[in-house]
Amino acid sequence: MKILMLGWELPPHNSGGLGVACLNLSKSLAKMGADIDFVVPYEAEHHLKYMNVLSAMKIDPLIRYGGAYESKEIEVKKFHKTDTKQVLSIRDIQKSYCEFVERYLMDFKPDVVHAHDWLTYEAGILAKKQYGIPLVAHVHATEFDRGGENGGNPLIHEIEYQGLIWADKIIAVSQATKNIIVEKYKIPASKIDVAYNGWTSPDDDYHYDGSSYQYLENLKKKGYTIISTVGRFTLQKGLFHLMRAAARAISFHPKMVFLFAGDGEQKDELMRMSADLGISQNVIFTGFIRGKQLRDIYSISDIFVMSSVSEPFGLTALEAAHHGNALIVTKQSGVGEVLHSILRYDFWDEDKLAGALVNIAESPALVDSLRDGIKHEYARISWDDVAKKCVEVYDEVRKHKRNRF
Amino acid sequence: MRSIVLYLHMHQPWRLKHYSIFSVDHDHDYWTEKDWYAGTNNERIFKKVAEKSYRPMLAILEKCINTYAGFKFSISITGTWLDQAEKWEPELIETLKRLVKTGRVEIVAETYYHSLAFFYDREEFEAQVKAHQDKIHKLFGVKSQVYRNTELSYNNELARWADEFGFKGILAEGWDKILEWRSPNFVYRPEGCKNIKLLMKNYRLSDDVAFRFSDKHWKEWPLTVDKYIQWLEAATLRGPLINLFMDFETFGENIWEDTGIFKFFEHLVYRWDRDKDNNFLTVSEACDAAEPTAEISMPWTVTWADTERDLSAWLGNSMQHEAMKSVYSLKNEILASGDPKIIEDWRRLQTSDHPYYMCTKYFNDGDVHAYFSPYDSPYDAFLYYMNALRDMRGRLDGITRRKK
Repeated sequence: MKILMLGWELPPHNSGGLGVACLNLSKSLAKMGADIDFVVPYEAEHHLKYMNVLSAMKIDPLIRYGGAYESKEIEVKKFHKTDTKQVLSIRDIQKSYCEFVERYLMDFKPDVVHAHDWLTYEAGILAKKQYGIPLVAHVHATEFDRGGENGGNPLIHEIEYQGLIWADKIIAVSQATKNIIVEKYKIPASKIDVAYNGWTSPDDDYHYDGSSYQYLENLKKKGYTIISTVGRFTLQKGLFHLMRAAARAISFHPKMVFLFAGDGEQKDELMRMSADLGISQNVIFTGFIRGKQLRDIYSISDIFVMSSVSEPFGLTALEAAHHGNALIVTKQSGVGEVLHSILRYDFWDEDKLAGALVNIAESPALVDSLRDGIKHEYARISWDDVAKKCVEVYDEVRKHKRNRF
Repeated sequence: MRSIVLYLHMHQPWRLKHYSIFSVDHDHDYWTEKDWYAGTNNERIFKKVAEKSYRPMLAILEKCINTYAGFKFSISITGTWLDQAEKWEPELIETLKRLVKTGRVEIVAETYYHSLAFFYDREEFEAQVKAHQDKIHKLFGVKSQVYRNTELSYNNELARWADEFGFKGILAEGWDKILEWRSPNFVYRPEGCKNIKLLMKNYRLSDDVAFRFSDKHWKEWPLTVDKYIQWLEAATLRGPLINLFMDFETFGENIWEDTGIFKFFEHLVYRWDRDKDNNFLTVSEACDAAEPTAEISMPWTVTWADTERDLSAWLGNSMQHEAMKSVYSLKNEILASGDPKIIEDWRRLQTSDHPYYMCTKYFNDGDVHAYFSPYDSPYDAFLYYMNALRDMRGRLDGITRRKK
């Protein structure tokens, strides 16, 4: 089966969970015999044996988000035939991406187009409209998630809506995401299947040597509990609530340190807030980290908090679990639907979060139960199962196509 | 003669409200949930179950007692149930009093607080059994003679204790691994006991009603009275006693009225009663009716719960052990305080429902819905419970300081 995957990023050029999910899903699909062409908007070497990675444009991976995430002038190294005008915004990049897909479809006719998130939906719609190729829209996040407690960008809403309307079938990464698609976009529930993201244990030889964060190691020896959160500092992540809960917890149990790993538009405000609350001594900002440094953060911390206002899935929670953290996750996070050995709270319930933090910090029996429990749970969630689900969906949309054309 | 020995169990725990760490040391009321719709609102739940089960089923039982001269049954009622009924639904107790007065309804003994005290503290355990007997005597004017332990938990040691305490009989699960080729339809003698007799639950016939009655995927669904009577009669070929032990709430709460469960029960009593080869016996009468057929030994603890029939739903993980160990470790100081309020709170925390809410074993089979809990997760249940114990600790320290 020939699959045209439309994506926006693949590791190591990823800013978050989307790229990781796309890579692992493709790997499992290839194992099941799928022949995959994977389109990314930027130019970079991906040495992957199991699929072809196609670059839609000759731009650097760093600037694929155009004006959406940064305001720097975009440098265009070399143009494809289609990239004839200067690329300035994310809309321009999307347009060029579409043109690339259009040219691809003149030569190749995949059985299914599998599009990941709104950035690629226009290209998916094009394939569907012009060539009748069945379209599967994979929703890793909606604009309602990204917008946090605000509404989000109306243009993105429109693109997302069109993509979901045109799609023959939609795959949502959690029931929570499916509910948003049904409630906000009024898409019939029968058109949406839920496929939770999977987990692949890293196969490298990482081991924690305690060298990265000596200061934190020393605090731990003095009886401090280390609590971490990892992600972009945006509205979606609910970090203000976490900060206020941290202050409440520290007032009750002072031996706590909170690690905020990541970066984003709320960073300055979060720092100011920690000072206003009088807990800047107990709050550490690591900046954006990846690789060993990130894994050392997971290794050193005792508790991982996912404070998201709306989190379609939440891969970082599984990563934290893999490194032996007890998890506290909002009820608005999809990952909570597949894990049981966790504590859950509503993102606004700062009191409950604070209480849970103190209780875990003070009760070894609770920490052990959470850690032991989660060990048996996260590893069971497999990408092969997600791939199986996708193949079922592919078969369904292809049958559907034969009936119609 | 073929005899149905019907025994029903009535219990409601005092659910602990969502008791945060920030409540410790200033809020000493663990049981009053202000939010009416919260899953931990004891009053709302008691009234709901009264509406769906206690009131209608007691009415049917009373009607059967008044209509069929041969109808009898036994019932155990926990102290925590009685206390809540006195507070919120006192007419239920009046109905029970009328029933007991007929002499055809026997009350079975147990711990006042539906606790696991037998496994932790023998002295506290006995105090709770006596407190329950006193309460029953005070309300109903009778002395209970047959004992059942919390969740029908049973082992040889318990039987020996009940024998020495002077009970005439004791109830247990008729589990295959214990009975092997033997039938639960006879009176047995617990190993090493002189006088006490053992009645064992016929779990197949009991569970046909208590669990499978409303199960549309069951190949015997729908269960008619005709069919069930055939099974009962066939079962008596292996002994005269059919020990039907079940939760009172089976009728109306676990199995809803619209399944026809009430009509089924009433019609069953009518049909069984009209055949002169049949009768009903209370648990004491069943013990008196025959000498023990054989000795039975249960060296390890058997309960009526789950497919494992053990205590793993209550004492299966480290949180449950920690919680129970912590609550019982307070005993000496609590009792020495002489403060009735703190003693009552402490005993309410011993109710087996609390560790049950901390059970995690169903995560392994993915059968999350098999367990009912008013909390978000077993971890929350543990956290609130330990917070309440923290507060108890603080209250004890306060009392000690005042004494000095």
